[in-house]
Amino acid sequence: MLSRTADNLYWLARYMERADSIARIIDAAQRLVTMPQATGETTNEWESAIATAGCVAAFKTKYEIADARTVTEFLAFSHENSASIRNCVEIARTNARAVRTALTGEMWDAINSAWYEVRGFDPNKTHGEELSRFLSVVKEASLRFDGAAFRTMLRNDAYWFSRLGILIERADATARILDVKYHVLLPEQAQVGGPLDYFQWVSILRSVSARASYHWVYRDSVKPWLVADLLILNRQMPRSLASCYENLSRYLDDLAQFYGRQGNSQRLARGMLTKLENSSMEEIFQSGLHEFITRFISENHRLGGAITEQYLT
Amino acid sequence: MELVAPKSSGSKTAAFDEMHAPDGSVRAAYAALAAWLKATPQDVLDYRRSEAEFIFRRIGITFAVYGEAEAQERLIPFDIIPRILTNEEWKRLGRGLEQRVNAINAFLRDVYSKREILRAGVVPEELVYRNDAFRPEMNHQKVPHDVYVAIAGIDLVRTNPDEFYVLEDNTRVPSGVSYMLENREIMMRLFPELFETHPVEPVESYVDDLLATLISIAPASAPREPNVAIMTPGIYNSAYYEHSFLADKLGVELVEGRDLFVKGNVVYMRTTEGPRRVDVLYRRVDDDFIDPLAFRPDSALGVPGLMSAYQTGNITLANAVGTGVADDKAVYSYVPELIRFYLGEEPLLKNVPTWRCREADHLKYVLDNLHDLVVKEVHGSGGYGMLIGPSADKATIEAFRAKLKHNPSNFIAQPTLALSTCPTLVNEGVAPRHVDLRPFVLTGRDRVRIVPGGLTRVALKQGSLVVNSSQGGGIKDTWVLDR
Repeated sequence: MLSRTADNLYWLARYMERADSIARIIDAAQRLVTMPQATGETTNEWESAIATAGCVAAFKTKYEIADARTVTEFLAFSHENSASIRNCVEIARTNARAVRTALTGEMWDAINSAWYEVRGFDPNKTHGEELSRFLSVVKEASLRFDGAAFRTMLRNDAYWFSRLGILIERADATARILDVKYHVLLPEQAQVGGPLDYFQWVSILRSVSARASYHWVYRDSVKPWLVADLLILNRQMPRSLASCYENLSRYLDDLAQFYGRQGNSQRLARGMLTKLENSSMEEIFQSGLHEFITRFISENHRLGGAITEQYLT
Repeated sequence: MELVAPKSSGSKTAAFDEMHAPDGSVRAAYAALAAWLKATPQDVLDYRRSEAEFIFRRIGITFAVYGEAEAQERLIPFDIIPRILTNEEWKRLGRGLEQRVNAINAFLRDVYSKREILRAGVVPEELVYRNDAFRPEMNHQKVPHDVYVAIAGIDLVRTNPDEFYVLEDNTRVPSGVSYMLENREIMMRLFPELFETHPVEPVESYVDDLLATLISIAPASAPREPNVAIMTPGIYNSAYYEHSFLADKLGVELVEGRDLFVKGNVVYMRTTEGPRRVDVLYRRVDDDFIDPLAFRPDSALGVPGLMSAYQTGNITLANAVGTGVADDKAVYSYVPELIRFYLGEEPLLKNVPTWRCREADHLKYVLDNLHDLVVKEVHGSGGYGMLIGPSADKATIEAFRAKLKHNPSNFIAQPTLALSTCPTLVNEGVAPRHVDLRPFVLTGRDRVRIVPGGLTRVALKQGSLVVNSSQGGGIKDTWVLDR
């Protein structure tokens, strides 16, 4: 397969996944700000939304204050934000057009329709209920894209590259949520935690669509260390770091077998997976949750670079 | 195509109606279709038409119109009423097309080597040497298996039951074949019942024929299963859909310039498994842009060194470089001579009589008869920059006269032909509209392949003769009956 085709597949899947993550971030922030504020608490949910989306610097060049209007505009619609939802869908579609032959008709249809739908929203009128509608459209588009890929693609390199894109992006998104919110997940938080913390924990679960899954897995009330466990080590949870690496490693091995050659990306992914498999939450908390997450983000980034170098250029 | 205007609208010479004889009766080939049209209510036809449009949009079969930022992706109007040709008619056409393309290939081989036709004085030298599309780089250059034009699109119009005229030979990068194939797919999906009552020759073998043709002209040094790729200028090109469509059907890679590189005069594509050699490149990029080292240095679409690899004989380009010299409108007027000169045969297809304004007596005639003639630029295409005398007002004609006098050799003129009409679904119902036909001729090492059919373009406006998609033309499925 052409390297450019693989690169396009990888990135269009990443951008569809990113659009979905950002929709969830906005959704979670919007719910959290409606919660009763604990006295003395100064956290600004809109600021942490920008931080989670990883675009603080870009945001600051354009706006003074992070509030519902500025953050939604920037994350959902802004042309100046290369990772705004609208840009993500647009880039995904441009990539898809360039590799039409490597996609199934159903996948093209999912991306093409998403693009038409997203373009149909007027940024100046998309607030409140209309914003919720916009966010569901985006989440449904990524479901449809994912479902179309799962149901219709041949299981060959094209499929694996698109999965790799989704998984690298997803691991990064989950890690960023943890990076911004790690302080509310520390075990000592359980004692000091007030009602606001409870809402924070629930909000984290919501931002990865795991509100219900949590209860199925732990059959317990929401505890911060269990939330951390679910997002980091629990392999049943499709957005956890462990699950992402289980699948990254698997698809990279499939690729290596298909091409008859191993490389740096297979080694890196396997190394990360082993590390996650041998970790426990106790150890992670002891050696520092924040350090662990920071390291994960940079290693995940390194794997993305290795995939690019090995296959996409 | 470019159009040719009728004698004048509402004149005594009515256009040839392909469905009805002059007495109003239905011609035999159209009998079953006419009965079906009569039995099918207009709203059903309208519904099917909107369904067809939906499918086109859904699949993303769009084209771009240059200079219209807004209409970046436009749909070409599809007419659901097919055009029907009999087997007899097609056989005659096929023989004529093959003859014509053979002569063009012989001409190209000749002008880039011995130049016998120039020395014999059959074609004036300056038409070749002063032609922008003439590539001195190709002089005495060996082209694999002497196939210069592997893919040709020949534009034809019909004026009566027995006469087809060639309007234009497209020998560079003719497009439209994806429409021929998709039109048939859509018709079979929407009107399966019509295919039960009509023995229609299939066109889908075009993709196999194209692949066989491309493989047959691989360099002699290529492996037994040569690596074929299609090269596109990219997603912003007006025919990008077609490029990706063909790559998909042929099962070959669709490459852009940046996917290729040249090392040691060999062309490689960058793949996920490392560099892979390319043996045959069906390039849908004009000569000017294929290699910034050889041609336009500002081309970002090309591959540095491609021309040198080609000259070394390590890759086949289809079509060859420099084929444009055979399809300008001044050379067009000599094609019947080419056929006589190279093949010793009489042309089976007619040329439209053409006045070459570069010749003084021709120019005088043209200037005296502007209101009856169609005047075209020698290198123009797509229906741009032409004068349609009979439908132009005085001011337009006078303005054109000045242009013509200023640079006569840039123009040719042709009489206005009465283009045939086919029944077409328009807002008012089914009505006759003018059509042309572009069949596709494939020339390989072994033989010439032509699928029975082509792209029929239709001028949707009443009385209009302009069928170009860039000027509001539509398309139709073209049926050749197998008996």
